[in-house]
Amino acid sequence: MATLAPGGPGSASESGQGTIALTPGGGLMPQGGGITGARSLRRMTRAIRSNGKATVGLALLVLFCLVALFPGVIARDNPSAEIYGRTLSPSARHLLGTTAFGQDIFAQVIYGTRPVLLIALGVGLGATIVATLIGVAAAYLGGVWDGVLGLITDVLLVIPAFPLLIVIASYLHGATTGVLIAVVTLVSWSYTARQLRSQALSLRGRDFLEAARVRGERSLYIIVVEIIPTMTSLLVASFLTNALYAVLFSSSLQFIGLGDPNTVSWGTMLYWAENEEAFQTGQVLWIIVPGLCIVALGAAFALLNYAFDEIGNPALRPVRSMRGKRVNRTR
Amino acid sequence: MANPRDVTADGQRDPAGASPLLRTEGLTRHFRIGNALSRHTLHAVDDVSITIGERQIVALAGESGSGKSTVARLLAKLYRPTGGEIYLQGKPLSAIRSRRDVLRYRGDVPMVFQDPFASINPVFRVSHGVLRGLKLHRPELSANERRAEAERVFEAVGLTPAAEVLQRFPHELSGGQRQRVGFAQALALRPKLILADEPVSMLDVSIRIGLLNLMAQLRDEQGVSILYITHDIASARYVADRLIIMYAGRIAEQGPTEELLASPRHPYTQLLLSAVPDPRAPLTVGAETDRGEPPRVIDPTPGCRFRWRCPLAIDECYQVTPELSELGPDHQAACHVAARGAEVRAFG
Amino acid sequence: MQPAGPVLTVHDLCVEYATEGGTVRAVDKVSFDLAPGEFLGIVGESGCGKSTLLFAVAQLLAPPAAITAGSVIFRGQSMVGLTDRQLASVRWKDLSVVMQSAMNALNPVKSIGAQFKDAMRAHGVTSKQQIAERSAEVLRMVGIDPVHLKSYPHQLSGGMRQRSMIAMALLLTPELVIMDEPTSALDVVAQRSLMVQIKELQEQLGFAMIFVTHDMSLVSHFSDRLMVMYAGLVDEFGPTRQVFDSPQHPYTIGLMEAFPSIRGPRVPLTGIPGSPPNLASPPPGCRFAPRCPKVFARCREESPELYHVNGTLVRCFLHADGGAGHG
Repeated sequence: MATLAPGGPGSASESGQGTIALTPGGGLMPQGGGITGARSLRRMTRAIRSNGKATVGLALLVLFCLVALFPGVIARDNPSAEIYGRTLSPSARHLLGTTAFGQDIFAQVIYGTRPVLLIALGVGLGATIVATLIGVAAAYLGGVWDGVLGLITDVLLVIPAFPLLIVIASYLHGATTGVLIAVVTLVSWSYTARQLRSQALSLRGRDFLEAARVRGERSLYIIVVEIIPTMTSLLVASFLTNALYAVLFSSSLQFIGLGDPNTVSWGTMLYWAENEEAFQTGQVLWIIVPGLCIVALGAAFALLNYAFDEIGNPALRPVRSMRGKRVNRTR
Repeated sequence: MANPRDVTADGQRDPAGASPLLRTEGLTRHFRIGNALSRHTLHAVDDVSITIGERQIVALAGESGSGKSTVARLLAKLYRPTGGEIYLQGKPLSAIRSRRDVLRYRGDVPMVFQDPFASINPVFRVSHGVLRGLKLHRPELSANERRAEAERVFEAVGLTPAAEVLQRFPHELSGGQRQRVGFAQALALRPKLILADEPVSMLDVSIRIGLLNLMAQLRDEQGVSILYITHDIASARYVADRLIIMYAGRIAEQGPTEELLASPRHPYTQLLLSAVPDPRAPLTVGAETDRGEPPRVIDPTPGCRFRWRCPLAIDECYQVTPELSELGPDHQAACHVAARGAEVRAFG
Repeated sequence: MQPAGPVLTVHDLCVEYATEGGTVRAVDKVSFDLAPGEFLGIVGESGCGKSTLLFAVAQLLAPPAAITAGSVIFRGQSMVGLTDRQLASVRWKDLSVVMQSAMNALNPVKSIGAQFKDAMRAHGVTSKQQIAERSAEVLRMVGIDPVHLKSYPHQLSGGMRQRSMIAMALLLTPELVIMDEPTSALDVVAQRSLMVQIKELQEQLGFAMIFVTHDMSLVSHFSDRLMVMYAGLVDEFGPTRQVFDSPQHPYTIGLMEAFPSIRGPRVPLTGIPGSPPNLASPPPGCRFAPRCPKVFARCREESPELYHVNGTLVRCFLHADGGAGHG
C-alpha cells in the first residue's frame, strides 16, 4: 500500500478532491458514468438499494423475468388447450377461472409473459442501438451527415406512431412476436435519436474529445469508445422508455386484432376477451388480469426510469434533512 | 538522453540551433461569422511568425481574444490555416496528407488542455489515454511494453506509485494530478514539442508551481520543447525562455523573457505588466484609466489594433499596420513609435 | 445613520452539509466583526469554505447545506432563522451580493434597465422617474454609459457585465456588499481597472465590503483586513499590510511564495505539495499538518486554536505561547 509521502506532489496517498469539492470552473464531476470496474457496479447496487423506486421497479421486473423464463414451473396447464370447462369461476384447480373457450386463464397469463417481455427487451435494445448510431453520428460528424440523418429522423418523428403501426401491422397480416419487435422498433427510434443527438452535441466541445482527436483517433473510434460510454445514463433511460412504450404499443396492436391471434400473450388475451364480450358476460378476471399485468410491467419500467434519473443526476434526488441539528429556515 | 528523432529525413544529424524545431510564417486564421444577410470575417490570428527551438519553453501570452489559443489549435492541426505556413523541422505542414504522416505529426506535437476536469474521459481509468496513445503511435511495442512505458511516463511526471495511480479513475485524482496525467499522455508519444494550452490556469495557486516546475523538468531531462500558452505573465516569466505577447490576433512583442520584461518596448506590454497585481510592489497609478476590453477583430481596417487604447498613438498608427521590427538582440516589437527609436513609456 | 457598532458580527459560525461520504463541515467556527465602511478580504483556495461562508452570511444556503451553529448578526439583528419574507426587507436594501459570474446571475432575456427596475420595484420604489434617474446614476458610477440600460447582457463585454452587476448591487445604497470573486472571469487589465473602481466606490459611498477571492495579490492593496481560510477554518486574520509583510502561518507563507513575481530576481519556488484534506474525515490535529513544512509532533495530535501575534490571529502551535484564545 502507498506510504504517506510528504512532499511528493503526485503521490498516491493524496485523496482525490472530486467527491465533495465544488471547484471553481470545474463543476461537479459526473459520478455515475463508469461502465467498467467492479467499483461502479458496487456503487450501482448500493444506489439501487437506497432508492425506493428502484427497489420496487427492479423487484417487479425480476419477478416478471422469472415468470417468463420458467412458466412451466408455475403454471401446470397448457395455456392453449381448450379442454376445460368453459367460463369457470376461480377455484383451487383454476386459480383465475377459465376462458370462454375452456382455457386456463392463470396459465395464459403466465405463459403470456414471455412474448411481452421479449418485445419489451427487443424493442428497448433495438431502438436504443439504432437511435444511438444515428443520433451520435449525426452530432459528431455534423455538416451534411447531420442534415441527412436529421431529415430521416424528423420525418419518422412527425408521423404519428400508433396510426403508422396500425398501417404496417395490418399490411403484414397477423404480426408475430418477431414482426412486432421490428415494427415497433422502426417507429420508436426517432424520438430517442433526437435526445441522444442533443446530448452528444453538448459533449462535442468537451476537451477529452479534442484530446482524443489530437491523439490521432479516428472519428468512428471516438464516437463508439469515447462518446457513447459517457452517455450510459441516457442510454439506460432510452432503453427503459422504449421498453415501456413497446409493451403498451404491442399490447394495443394485439388488442385491436393486428397481432397473431394464435400466440398466447396478454394483448391477445385482451383481444379474445373483448371478442367474447367478457365484461358484459361477467368474465371480469379474463379482461382485468392481463390488463393489470401490462400496467405492472409498464410501471416497473417507469419506476426504474425515474430511479436511474435520480441516481445519475444528484440534483434530482430528494433532499436529505439534517436530523438532529438546527436547520436554517431560509429555503 | 538524445532523442533518436533528431535525425532528419536524409539521415544527417541536425546541428542544434541551425534550424529551429518549429517555425511559422505569416500564420493566419479567419472565421466567417454572421448569417446570409451580413457576412463578416473574424480575424482570429493574423500574420503570426514565431520560432521555437529545441529544448526551449516559449510562452505565448495575451488576454482572451488575442488569438493565442487559436495559434495552439493551428499548430495541433485542429484547424487549417487560412494563410501562411507551419514548418516542423523544415517540413511544411501542408505537405502532410496521408494518415501515417498525420499520425506521426500528432505524435511529435501533442497537446495538453486547460480544464483538468474536462480533458480526461471520466468513464475510463486514467491509463486509458496513455495506453491508447502508445498503441497508436508506437505500434512496435507489445502489451507488456506499453504497460511498462505507461508506468515510466507516470513516474516521470511525479505520479507515484505509477502502477497504482494508473488504475484510478479521473474523479479520484485532484486537479493537479489530472494535469500531470495530461503531460504523461503527451510524453508517452516521445514528442518534440508539447503544446500546453493554459495548463495551470484552472488549478489552485499552490499547485501551479508544481506543474510549472514539472514543465521545466521535462525540458531539461526529457529534451522536450514546450509552447506554454497563458494569460498570466508572472508564470510565463517563471518558466519560459522566450516570451511572445499577442494582441488582437497579431504579435505585439517577442523576445528573451528577462530582456523583454526588463525593457518592454510595446505600449501594450507595458500596460499588461503594470496591471499584474504584485503585493510586493506599491500600487502604481496609471492603468485604471484603461477599461481593459480586448477587441474582437471583425473586418479590421489597416492600422495598429491597439491604437484606440494607446496614449502614444500617432497618425501613422491609424493608417499603417505595424510590422515587427528588431529593437534589440532577438527582441522585436510591432510599434511605429518604438520603431522610431523613441523611448516608450506609456504605462506604469 | 447607524450607531458606530460593527455592521456585521459573525460568531462561531458552522456550516455543514450531508454527502454520501458523511457529514462535511465546510465552515468551522468562523468569527469576525465588520466595522462600517471596512473592506474585508477573505482568501483561500478551492474547497476552503470561503464561498460557503459567504452564502451563509447572506442566508443563501440551500439544502443539503445548513448553518448548524453560531450566529450572524447584521445591524444588531440576528439573521439565522429568519423567514424569506423577513429577509426580503433586508436583502438588497441593506445587504447585497455580487456573484462570481455575471453571465450566470443576470437574466439573459431582460435588458439591464429592466432588471434594475425589477430590483427597485421589489423594494417599494415606484416612481418611474426615480427609477430611471437612479439606474442611470449607478451605471455612471461604475463607468458605463447609461445608454446601455437598453442593452441585453449578451451585448455587453465581460467587464461591462461585471460592472453592471456591481451597479445593481448599489442601487439601494446598502450598508454591506458581499462579493464572490467578481473579477475571476476577467483579464488582468480589466481586473485591475475593476478593483480600483470598486475601492473608489467604497470610499465614496461608505459601504462595508466582504470580498472573497482565491488570488490574494488582488486584494493586497485594497482590503483593510485579510482573512486566510483553509479546510473550513480561519488560519490567519489581521490587517492586510501586516499579513503581507510578515505572514505568520506556514500556509499563508506558502501561499504567498507560490506567486511568481515579474519583478526582482527569478528564484525557484516550491509551492505547497499535496492537496487539502477530505472534509468528510479531516485528519486529527491541525488540518494543515500533512502539508506543513514546519510540522512537529503536537500538530498531528491536537488542533490549534487562534493565537494572538501582534494584532494578528494565527492558528498555529508555533505561536501558541503568545497567548491562547480567539477573537
